[in-house]
Amino acid sequence: MATEHQQDRRGFLADGVRVAGVVAVGTLGGFLAGRRGYASESRWQIDPDKCVACGNCATYCVLDESAVKCVQCFDMCGYCNRCTGYYTLEGLDSRDTAAEDLLCPTEAVIRTFVEGKAGQNFYEYEIDTDACIGCAMCVKGCALMNGSLYLQVMHDRCVNCNECAIAVACPSDAFVQVPSDKPYRMKRAVVGVIQQKAENSDQAAQQLINRVQTDG
Amino acid sequence: MARPCLRTRSIPRRTDTPARKRAGVPVLRGLQTQASSRLFRASLLSIFLVALAGSVIADEVPELKFPVPEFSDHPIPTASVPNVDGEVGTFWDIAILLVALSLASYFTLVSRSRRNVLLLTIASLIWFGFWRQGCVCPIGATQNIALAIFDPSYVVPLTVVAFFILPLVFTLFFGRTFCASVCPLGAMQELIAVRTVAVPRWLDHSLGLVAYLYLGAAVIFAATRTGFIICRYDPFIPFFRLGGNTDMLIFGSSILVLGLFVGRPYCRYLCPYGAMLRVLSCFSKWRLSIPPDTCINCQLCEDVCPYGAIHPPTVMQSTGKRKKGKRQLGIALLAAPVVIALFAGLGTIIAVPLAQWHPESRLAEQVRLEETGVAENTTDASDAFRGTGRSVDDLYAAAIERRSRFVRFGGLLGAWTGIVIGIKLVHLSLRRRRDDYQADRAGCVSCGRCYWYCPVEKVRLGLIEDISEVVPGYEPAPSSPLVQLSEVREKME
Repeated sequence: MATEHQQDRRGFLADGVRVAGVVAVGTLGGFLAGRRGYASESRWQIDPDKCVACGNCATYCVLDESAVKCVQCFDMCGYCNRCTGYYTLEGLDSRDTAAEDLLCPTEAVIRTFVEGKAGQNFYEYEIDTDACIGCAMCVKGCALMNGSLYLQVMHDRCVNCNECAIAVACPSDAFVQVPSDKPYRMKRAVVGVIQQKAENSDQAAQQLINRVQTDG
Repeated sequence: MARPCLRTRSIPRRTDTPARKRAGVPVLRGLQTQASSRLFRASLLSIFLVALAGSVIADEVPELKFPVPEFSDHPIPTASVPNVDGEVGTFWDIAILLVALSLASYFTLVSRSRRNVLLLTIASLIWFGFWRQGCVCPIGATQNIALAIFDPSYVVPLTVVAFFILPLVFTLFFGRTFCASVCPLGAMQELIAVRTVAVPRWLDHSLGLVAYLYLGAAVIFAATRTGFIICRYDPFIPFFRLGGNTDMLIFGSSILVLGLFVGRPYCRYLCPYGAMLRVLSCFSKWRLSIPPDTCINCQLCEDVCPYGAIHPPTVMQSTGKRKKGKRQLGIALLAAPVVIALFAGLGTIIAVPLAQWHPESRLAEQVRLEETGVAENTTDASDAFRGTGRSVDDLYAAAIERRSRFVRFGGLLGAWTGIVIGIKLVHLSLRRRRDDYQADRAGCVSCGRCYWYCPVEKVRLGLIEDISEVVPGYEPAPSSPLVQLSEVREKME
């Protein structure tokens, strides 16, 4: 008899806790889900204006080959012959293609001659994304000039960790979380130019501006 | 990784004016040959420099040092970035979790099939572990929820909310079926628990407390935006992603090797989410019961449980022992508040090392060392800080404010530690009568291994005709289990 009583008491307690638990958890869930409002899922991205090109992106990513790669923003590029993002400072004068004169360890920066004008030769620099390892050597070099090269988390590779290992290692607090419908950033300096291009029905620019978080 | 050293910009010292920094004067000195070879550019540049030196507005969009050339027949291409790839929609994510949880509960409680549980375990390991690469998981979601509660500006994704809440609700009704066969971390350890040894009770109980402390620390660090330590120290992520840093690989491998001999070491002694589920599982509506019929007290299940989660029937206590037990309970109840107060006090003392986990506090310390001349070399972080133009005093003020916040949080963490220890003491002093072998309400992860060995279950499945086939000398007696037990004990003596 005593045991049955005990069982009843225990059962009642368990029922009470269970109901309270479900109600509490449900309220919490509803509260948090309700507060989401219009915001969507978030993704990691680098604010290129804050990035100091320290090279941590290449080494700290949980992926073997980092999800961070370099982007060439042609609308900021000076098309320099003496490119500090392509050549080492020693290589700038000789400008031959010996490996020790090139900055990129994986030959991911491709240099093509465009035009000779006013006694100057202009070259276009493109990033071979498959070869790029996100080491930021060229970004650091380019920062001496126009800074058209910058790093971005590539979302066809990023696994979107809850805590990004690179963000933890980032010395300049450049890693931000952006909504996944617009998961990229670009340099503030070029936003206006790209918007202008997009308005002039340039499809590539429209596509870019659609993927880039421009405010904040 | 050895890199050729490229001196990009001289480190802006404290004496630099913002204008000098912005114009990059020290840098251009090295490039004068280039500037002189381009006369029109040089002139442009000098105008630019003068303009900058004159007045610089902090938020002005910086101009290009070398303008983009206009080509006769070469349009300037636009940069392109890849689209988001491999994203599983919120709906599918939640649906798959819900199906997995339902199947796990069905297999353990209704169909009682260890084989199906095992198959589901493998499937979960492949999907949640290797395919989704361990993110998002309920264990880590705890931190997102904590941050969302403490910081209203943080928007927590719906998937994360669902991943946090669904296993909790399922546990309240069906026990820890999530741990059994949905959690990829649990699955990893479940599959390698092959040569397990019994952990001594005292060690099991004490190590079990670590998980609650880990939970407390994780919540506090998440709430203060210090970092998500559960994710950072997830031992199996390097395996799921087939790569990672050496420390974590060593940590993960040691947990795996340990897991061969100690069943589910991470789940039992570290997992913060498991700590919550342990509590909730005590109040679950239904739970795994070992024999489908009357227990014959053969002890096979207790021997076979790799997690030490099956308790033998209790023996009747003598009056003296019972009195002693009551006294013990009384002491534990009285000691609990003292323990809580003591640990809360201790918690406030560790505020400084706690705050030091925050990257900005570490930065403040580094900058302080540099300012006072103790540290000779700057770090990437301190260089970057000086590049932002934020004042040192501002940084110090933020760090000091954070430290005082951590005094409060440290106290809370200490009090939480005290509560956990207090409850443990009280719990250990409580006795619950058991007439047969029962799975521990908190510790049982519903893996269903015991089903494979229970003779009563084998009879139910028709694998054997009679229990005596596996338990020699067993005779079904109409007596109560307690009597049977005493008979068994007599025989043993």
